[in-house]
Amino acid sequence: MLKYLEPHSEPVVETLRIAKVSRRGFLGTTGAFALAAYAMPARAFDKYPTGAEGMPHGVVEDPLVFVSIDADGTVTLVAHRSEMGTGSRTSIPMVMADEMEADWNLVKIVQAPGDEPKYGNQDTDGSRSMRHHIQMARKIGGSVRTMLAQAAANEWGVDPATVTVEMHEVKGPAGQSAGFGDLAAAAMALPVPTHEEIAYKSEDQFRYIGKGEVQITDLRDITTGAAVYGGDVMLDGMKFAVVARPPVVGGKAASFDATEALAVPGVESVHEIPYGGLAQKFAPLGGIAVVASNTWAALKGRDALKIEWEAGEHGSYNSDAYMEEMIATSEQPGSLARDQGDLDAAFGDAARTFTRTYTQAHIAHIPMEPPAAIASYTAEGLEIWAPVQSPYTVRNDIAEAMALDPENVRVNVTLLGGGFGRKSKADFVTEAALLSREVGAPVRMQWTREDDVRHSFYHTTSAERIEVSLDAEDNVTGWLHRSVAPSILSTFAPDEGNVLPLEQGMGLNDVPFDIANIRCESGKALAHTRIGWFRAVSNIPHAWAIGSFVGELADELGKDQRTMWLELIGAPRQLDPQNSGLPDNFWNYGEPMAEFPIDTGKMAHVLNVAADGIGYGKDLPEGEGIGLAVHRSFVSYVACAAHVKIVDGRITVPEMHMAIDCGFCANPERVESQIQGAAVMGMSVALHSGITFENGAVVQSNFYDYDVVRSDNYPTVTTHIIPHPFSVHATGVGEPGVPPVAPAIANGLYAATGDRRRSLPMGVNV
Amino acid sequence: MTKIILNGSEREFNEAPDMPLLWAIRDLAGLNGTKYGCGVGLCGACTVHVNGKAERACQLRLDEVEGAEITTIEGLDPDGNHRVQAAWRDLNVPQCGFCQTGQIMQAVALLDENPKPSDDEILAAMSNNVCRCGCYQRIVDAVRLASTGI
Repeated sequence: MLKYLEPHSEPVVETLRIAKVSRRGFLGTTGAFALAAYAMPARAFDKYPTGAEGMPHGVVEDPLVFVSIDADGTVTLVAHRSEMGTGSRTSIPMVMADEMEADWNLVKIVQAPGDEPKYGNQDTDGSRSMRHHIQMARKIGGSVRTMLAQAAANEWGVDPATVTVEMHEVKGPAGQSAGFGDLAAAAMALPVPTHEEIAYKSEDQFRYIGKGEVQITDLRDITTGAAVYGGDVMLDGMKFAVVARPPVVGGKAASFDATEALAVPGVESVHEIPYGGLAQKFAPLGGIAVVASNTWAALKGRDALKIEWEAGEHGSYNSDAYMEEMIATSEQPGSLARDQGDLDAAFGDAARTFTRTYTQAHIAHIPMEPPAAIASYTAEGLEIWAPVQSPYTVRNDIAEAMALDPENVRVNVTLLGGGFGRKSKADFVTEAALLSREVGAPVRMQWTREDDVRHSFYHTTSAERIEVSLDAEDNVTGWLHRSVAPSILSTFAPDEGNVLPLEQGMGLNDVPFDIANIRCESGKALAHTRIGWFRAVSNIPHAWAIGSFVGELADELGKDQRTMWLELIGAPRQLDPQNSGLPDNFWNYGEPMAEFPIDTGKMAHVLNVAADGIGYGKDLPEGEGIGLAVHRSFVSYVACAAHVKIVDGRITVPEMHMAIDCGFCANPERVESQIQGAAVMGMSVALHSGITFENGAVVQSNFYDYDVVRSDNYPTVTTHIIPHPFSVHATGVGEPGVPPVAPAIANGLYAATGDRRRSLPMGVNV
Repeated sequence: MTKIILNGSEREFNEAPDMPLLWAIRDLAGLNGTKYGCGVGLCGACTVHVNGKAERACQLRLDEVEGAEITTIEGLDPDGNHRVQAAWRDLNVPQCGFCQTGQIMQAVALLDENPKPSDDEILAAMSNNVCRCGCYQRIVDAVRLASTGI
């Protein structure tokens, strides 16, 4: 457990958020170092290409965009990614501050509005924040440090190579000294150095990077109630709104009567919102909005609406029957996602085959903060305060929906009370904006928990069938994995039942097993609800199936789980996409394969670390067992070893060991917190959380019937972070912890009880 | 009209007496540290103290708290440095942070009533406060730290 100092006692003003390093910070041990002049060869880190260049608006490395220094020395850093709990609002500025030699206690963070041409890509998604911005953050910090030193050298008339910068102070060879504030104006007027002109810190000179000793930026505000989330901005004259939405996506109000709603004290007006449906990206579902002087009046008004709903074409969606159809589809060949070797020959020559099918229900994200947003439409333009993962997308989408010039739309990003993919989709923000224009006043849009559970962009549901061929010596000679799931694509374009390469790349066709003949196929499935992405996306069903299958195969062949995993993973090697039967459009999380390969050595290593950590193989009492699973996703590798124990007929997981290889780790403390959180969320996926549909409408509504893991049954997680130097590229953290958890629990349940469960959620009772 | 003592000051509400205390605190008093998470008393994000006891503000009508002393996270400590808040900071507990004010209010009420709870008592008291980010391990550690100093 990491320990932190008490926050220091300086008054904290609204915008000034000073964090504090802990007593474990060794502030005196980092030596000062001399700077090269711009033109001199430098101690650079080796730049490497990432998928960031391929993201809309790429990466901006201009320090003048991200850094300002006040005369008093306060360094203000811009956080351009949304904070939804992963810590990016802390960790990226922390990297900038470290490379700048700024004192973290003199740094404040401001949040960028949605403006990608200025800040670069802001789509906080795909576990990309650190992976795509650690080089940029070092470059920006190093640039400012170099410019400060050059400004001092100019002022003192000395060789810049003799100037040192250390903890917010610039020192000259004859004892000269200046603070950052003294030099700021001159420094920021200098040319920005190139990468080669910057003398970067060596890794042993890092103060904050890799240490895990800073408090998160918003910690004080979070613990005092001052932190601002989506529904927390108060504007003069603000109205409060809720919406009655069609129970079935694509449905409409055939008629409605608002007489009684309008009679509720506090209710001011009722509005019909244009209807949406599938293939309309993140457009609102439509419905009847009630605007009132407070949220309670709006809720009572909504209850008093009389609405006749028309279900539309998706009114026949019943998820139980749909699951049977998907399972039937998985019995038939699908479209090829990978074809390595000669699978037909392998099956033709097989001594026997072994087949299992796994399923998974839809999932709703249910962040603790249900969707909420504030919009203020005036003659000057539209201003929004909202908890959104991609504010620039929101700005453009709303401008388009309302026929506004995007230049006249400003999207301010509040803290997100959890996102998990739900807040990539800003239907709730558009609702607020439309209503603000309608009523001529600022509007706070509030979704209830029932709204959130019933009108999400759901994680896909799936059937996964895996069949292997075995030779006479029980060697696995062929692997056939058929995946059937409605696609995210259906949210963006008319649905033909096909999945995207990126969904296949998330654990289906990137399976790294050392099997000569591998075929992966996708079966068609038409969507009948809005399919979105939930933390880890298609990796969840794929890892669920593969991880459970490995456990079953181990049992079938009389091997322990670790042995089975290691045999299938094979010797340390990198998967060669050219000779693995992968399609040309194979998706490696948007990253170049040469820089971010599929490395079986890393995969085996995290498995061994987790298994060793928990003591896999040790004797356990009756009713207890350990399950193992490992998965690569978001170009990281995570293994989970779950100790399952049956207590009073209920599945508990008192202990987990999770091992993550995320390349170079900038902030191990936040990586640990993400892994602890992924363990809990993965366990919710495993045991509790399933969305089902009857006649097109979601059956569940609130925590009554859509529950999650609570503190009476959380796993105590020991997190193992595989250490790496900076040269081993930083990879994803937010999502990759989730996929291995459910199969590890299923394998642990089987080890504990002999009870094999193949459907998610598997239920908490035995 | 409903009169309550909100964070030590008398406060009157003229709105509907059936309004849940949660919305009066948020929309009328403008104290947004108390969060809406489920509206049915199942998640604990709106936990406040009513005459010193932890209660779900979404489950209490204004007319049920007439004359009561209500403490929200904003009124917990004048400097925001209650030992439970401090313990939360020592352990860098939050991820997204949204549920944490409710968690802290629940923990404070527990420790006021039972200064040295056992681990089982901590789990029992905290188990109806949901954290979707999954900070439970650190929440329990922080309650223990606030209780025992270790």
